[in-house]
Amino acid sequence: MNELKKKIKLFISEKIDITNLADTDDMFKQGFVNSLFAMELVMFVENEIGVKVENKDLMLDNFRSVCAIEKFIMSKK
Amino acid sequence: MSIKENDILKKFRSFSENKIAPHASYIDEKQNIPEELLTDLKKSGFLGVLIPKEFGGLELNYIDYGLLNEEIGKVCTTIRSLITVQNMVAVIINRYGDNLQKSKWLPKMASGEAIAAFCLTEPGFGSDAKNIQSGLQAEGKDKFILNGNKKWISFAQIADILLVIARAEEGLCCIIVEKKTVGIEITPINDMLGARGCLLGEIRFNNCKIPQSHLVGNLGFGLFPVAFTGLDIGRYSIAWGCVGMAETCLDISKKYSKTRKQFDLQIFNHQLVKRILTDMAVELKAARLLCLNAGSFLENKSRDSFAEVLSAKYFASKMVRFVTARAVELHGASGLKKGNPVERFFRDAKIMQTIEGSDQMMQLMISRYL
Repeated sequence: MNELKKKIKLFISEKIDITNLADTDDMFKQGFVNSLFAMELVMFVENEIGVKVENKDLMLDNFRSVCAIEKFIMSKK
Repeated sequence: MSIKENDILKKFRSFSENKIAPHASYIDEKQNIPEELLTDLKKSGFLGVLIPKEFGGLELNYIDYGLLNEEIGKVCTTIRSLITVQNMVAVIINRYGDNLQKSKWLPKMASGEAIAAFCLTEPGFGSDAKNIQSGLQAEGKDKFILNGNKKWISFAQIADILLVIARAEEGLCCIIVEKKTVGIEITPINDMLGARGCLLGEIRFNNCKIPQSHLVGNLGFGLFPVAFTGLDIGRYSIAWGCVGMAETCLDISKKYSKTRKQFDLQIFNHQLVKRILTDMAVELKAARLLCLNAGSFLENKSRDSFAEVLSAKYFASKMVRFVTARAVELHGASGLKKGNPVERFFRDAKIMQTIEGSDQMMQLMISRYL
């Protein structure tokens, strides 16, 4: 597992009380997260990964799953 | 943590004591803000303090912003609220607005040419913000039609721009609405218990045509994270305002207890009064530390800042209710009389329990972090 994915998974595990979250699981659709999580996720990506989340990036498709977040971050680097 | 007295803090204090304090009772009694004070506020630059310098703001850091709210909170809840709302909206536009929105509105908000209102609450939905019903319907390629009601909106009576949270097909959205838009009706709401100069209003949007370019952030993200970014700043400001209110009440109470005599003693020398004053002072210190802590988290852009701000707001609003109530008690009958600041702050304090999230909503949100 790469470092970025590790960081993302660590952040999520601190926020969601769930085991066995698959990298492709849609956290929003499956109801694992609430809306406050969305705020924290944006802050995490911006301040801890160092990727600015622009207005056009504010789409659920960028944040649905571990894979989606990783893909989004990689696309901005 | 301690804060060194600096020039900006001296300016806040001087402005607050000399320009705002003389009007505080009038604002409470007449439920209005004198034009002279509004003009002074606009000139001071304190309205848009969080706005970046490139747009004419002071670009304060979050600690200094907190101290400004504390200083103004010491004298007048209404004016502290005006600064709070202006900066809530400014922070949202600065963070999620596009370049055109920023260059159009932020300079006007910094100079006070545009007063802003934050329009989230509706007659049927307050804490349950996810179910807001005001609706945005796309019309053609470049317009929305806005219909719905907003209620309990601070400064609705004088605002020039309204930041409205409304529902579109894609979910909740945040949009800038100019008050001159055809179809807007504003009904003043007066005679509130406290914060009586906040010029509240109910706003009806009747088939208002709004350019799609006024949308702030993407469709469907109007509440999270856009509106919540503003609410976060609102809660932080309120927490510091509560600290300011409590400081004044403690100060007045200490002075009073050293002049008022009962049973041949200054009441300060009665043990039960000492106990009350001590509890007031320690609760106040704790709240101030939570505010400084929250400010530090905000300044460091920590993802945990949201939780720290919630704790500060929850504790400070409880603290100010406790401190103002004790201040009124210590003053006996004179604490119940209009004109005594402790009476005004006692009423204002109750508002702090409701605004930007009730105690119960704070508890529910904080519990998520436990």
